[in-house]
Amino acid sequence: MKVQLNGIEHDVPDRSTVVDLVRLTAAPNTGIAVAVDGEVVPRTAWGTVVSAGATVEILTAVQGG
Amino acid sequence: MAEHHDAPLRLGGRTFGSRLIMGTGGAANLEILEKALVASGTELTTVAMRRIDATGGTGVLELLGRLGIEVLPNTAGCRGAAEAVLTARLAREALGTAWVKLEVVADDRTLLPDVVELLDAAGQLVDDGFVVLAYTNDDPVTARRLEDVGCAAVMPLGSPIGTGLGISNPHHIEMIVGAAGIPIVLDAGIGTASDAALAMELGCDAVLLATAVTRAEDPERMARAMALGVRAGRDARHAGRIPRRFWAQASSPARELT
Repeated sequence: MKVQLNGIEHDVPDRSTVVDLVRLTAAPNTGIAVAVDGEVVPRTAWGTVVSAGATVEILTAVQGG
Repeated sequence: MAEHHDAPLRLGGRTFGSRLIMGTGGAANLEILEKALVASGTELTTVAMRRIDATGGTGVLELLGRLGIEVLPNTAGCRGAAEAVLTARLAREALGTAWVKLEVVADDRTLLPDVVELLDAAGQLVDDGFVVLAYTNDDPVTARRLEDVGCAAVMPLGSPIGTGLGISNPHHIEMIVGAAGIPIVLDAGIGTASDAALAMELGCDAVLLATAVTRAEDPERMARAMALGVRAGRDARHAGRIPRRFWAQASSPARELT
């Protein structure tokens, strides 16, 4: 299935979870957060399956402000 | 010189010994940033939230953790209330803090706050339990509205972000301070230490700056200058300055010889 991950279209296996997508980005284990279709997905719910066509944002803190 | 014991900054139910809040933006690298942060004496420092693959790593978080500096996530780059609220919620999830420097700007050219969107976002975030430090224009009416919706601090700009033009409208800053029941933090536009001192002389409770230090030729030295400027301005504010006079007033006794 296709998902929009941090602005780029990715082809991922059907029934991929939030954790699967986090692993795709090689994100560190802490200091990150995930939103799916404009809603924050708390870490406790990262086992949730992402639906096809979802827009997924994975963010972390960087220098700024 | 006797050490003057100043009252700590009370902000969002916490206290801070330093009245200088630093930003981390603009530093050439983490090594330079670390020296500047240490020299500034700051205890609270902003970070931005960005897509993980665009930036590579969380080095700035590790640095702040090592230095024992509190993280203040911002919503820099957000153009509307919805985007700013989502960014604040992501920051809370990622960093485990309900504090946010709320920033909703109108366009890239001025980076001036969009106060309609800002007020909307501030209200939503306060209702959601956030400690909202709102970056805004130097407009006393907007400042009052932000206090009314429950912000923990109002942070008026001195001049647009990154300009280093100092405090364009000192009288408005004084009016904001004079009417406020919450801390006022001068945020944005600081160019050099005298600007930071002026902010404190006008009665601000703290100063937030980044570019003036991180893009200075010697960030570490400028950070120290800013820390001193903030302390000097704070002391001057509370020392009771002399009134301005039109004509001279001799400071030595009058000569009695004829």
